[in-house]
Amino acid sequence: MIATENIATKKINTLIKEYPFLEDFFENHQIDVKQNGQHSIESYMASVNEEDREDFAMDQEKLVSAMLSYIDQMMAFLDTKEDKGVESLTIEAGTNKKGEAENFEALKISKSEIICIVGPTGSGKSRLLGDIEWVAQKDTPTSRKILINDDIPDKKWRFSSSDKLVAQLSQNMNFVMDLSVYEFIELHAQSRMVENEKEIIEKIITEANKLAGEPFDPETPVTSLSGGQSRALMIADTAILSSSPIILIDEIENAGIDRQRALELLVGEEKIVLMATHDPILALMGDKRIVIKNGGIDKIIPTSEAEKGFLTELEAMDRTVQLMRRRLRNGEILTSLK
Amino acid sequence: MNLVTFSGPPSSGKTAVIIKTIESLKERNLSVGVVKFDCLSTDDDKLYEKLGVAVKKGLSGSLCPDHYFVSNIEEVVQWGLQNEFDILITESAGLCNRCSPYIKDVKAICVIDNLSGINTPKKIGPMLKSADIAIITKGDIVSQAEREVFASRVKTVNPKAFIMHVNGLTGQGAYELSTVLYEEDEQLETLKGRKLRYPMPSALCSYCLGETRIGESYQMGNVRKIKLNEQ
Repeated sequence: MIATENIATKKINTLIKEYPFLEDFFENHQIDVKQNGQHSIESYMASVNEEDREDFAMDQEKLVSAMLSYIDQMMAFLDTKEDKGVESLTIEAGTNKKGEAENFEALKISKSEIICIVGPTGSGKSRLLGDIEWVAQKDTPTSRKILINDDIPDKKWRFSSSDKLVAQLSQNMNFVMDLSVYEFIELHAQSRMVENEKEIIEKIITEANKLAGEPFDPETPVTSLSGGQSRALMIADTAILSSSPIILIDEIENAGIDRQRALELLVGEEKIVLMATHDPILALMGDKRIVIKNGGIDKIIPTSEAEKGFLTELEAMDRTVQLMRRRLRNGEILTSLK
Repeated sequence: MNLVTFSGPPSSGKTAVIIKTIESLKERNLSVGVVKFDCLSTDDDKLYEKLGVAVKKGLSGSLCPDHYFVSNIEEVVQWGLQNEFDILITESAGLCNRCSPYIKDVKAICVIDNLSGINTPKKIGPMLKSADIAIITKGDIVSQAEREVFASRVKTVNPKAFIMHVNGLTGQGAYELSTVLYEEDEQLETLKGRKLRYPMPSALCSYCLGETRIGESYQMGNVRKIKLNEQ
């Protein structure tokens, strides 16, 4: 807790010097810091005429109390940056839609592991994800229990907006901001308050370019990236800059992106990867796969060596399909599959 | 009975979020009533009816919809009590961004969507600033980075709010929301004498002059009443 007395009479400049992140706060409360730095909140409020105060819905008491909460949360956030993080996630069995016990006791997933989730649409994949996100404590329809680092998780995973357990990547996600690639990552980095901003932005762009079939430069507007480039950027950005220790991927389309490398990047950044997929190549890249049926986990199958053996053959087939696609695109006539 | 007030800019997904949440509430055998406030017309009441939820609509016409809301909320509460709902939900039009008629000690929820742009949170006044829960929708179509940036902007504007991501189409997050909406030991009997969290902007009735108390004896000037007895 910070000292609450006198905070309304301190100069805005002094407050920003003590808590640099307040600049953002003032900006979002539409107080121009450059013009009003010499003011305190009290004298600033007094300088605004009553009409404007009413028009912009300003209230000193509420502003100060919001600022105090913000300072508290940001301090707590900066403090936990050094946390050891999430080493493992454990799902303890609950019940399926019919109320029958699930077919396992507990599944422990460690960081850098890839777990695939398979099962028909509507089988309960979203509920499983929901249980993880909400760190269920037998208080959701499935009665599952989620442990983090073998322990009952901190409440922050449920209630804090800056500590979200799960980041999501799916097929129909788009960029909607009108920014260049560089500005876009910069904005994300600022919201995460990382220290070595420039270095991280460059790393993300480099990694994204390694994943994308066709390279792009930092000045490209995010909205004009191709599908493969967009996904490459989303994956690199999520791997390197997202605060969430668990990444849920809903299929990665096999076009314009090196999927194996994408998974390696995520795993290399020590994320826990959950992947809903029916693509055999992706599914076999996982360490285990969870089979969902009737809203419950029906089976947990470790990917066997025999199964992994098919991977080489599947990848060869995949390369053939890609090659044929390229040839057709170039206007060639196919004469063989080689 | 619990009262929960929902607001948010038009098309942010209020109705979809409420509908998915009601489905979860009904599974817990809680009875729910909805009053939809709007300006000129709404068909949302039909969506609620389809779900088998008791619904009333109030159209403010030429009046400010938020003034209209506060002029009628006590009567709406009494209608809810007569029908013995466990939860009464009001959904506002949320048209002007300047204000939202949240009431002190009544759960206030603001729904905003990821597509509205990252500068939207600071443009929304007390509707977001004084909400207890901020719900962010349409997260399934924007990138993870945009979701994180948007949520952090919302947090800067209202550091006290509990921020949740709910998808109005798939219902992801709606079950979780339903668990924080209902409190069994909260029994609302009347709103008379309760206060708004923030005064409304000027117009032509007693609330235009800064009145924040609720109840007929505080209402003067251009006050229009909702018709709750019509079928």
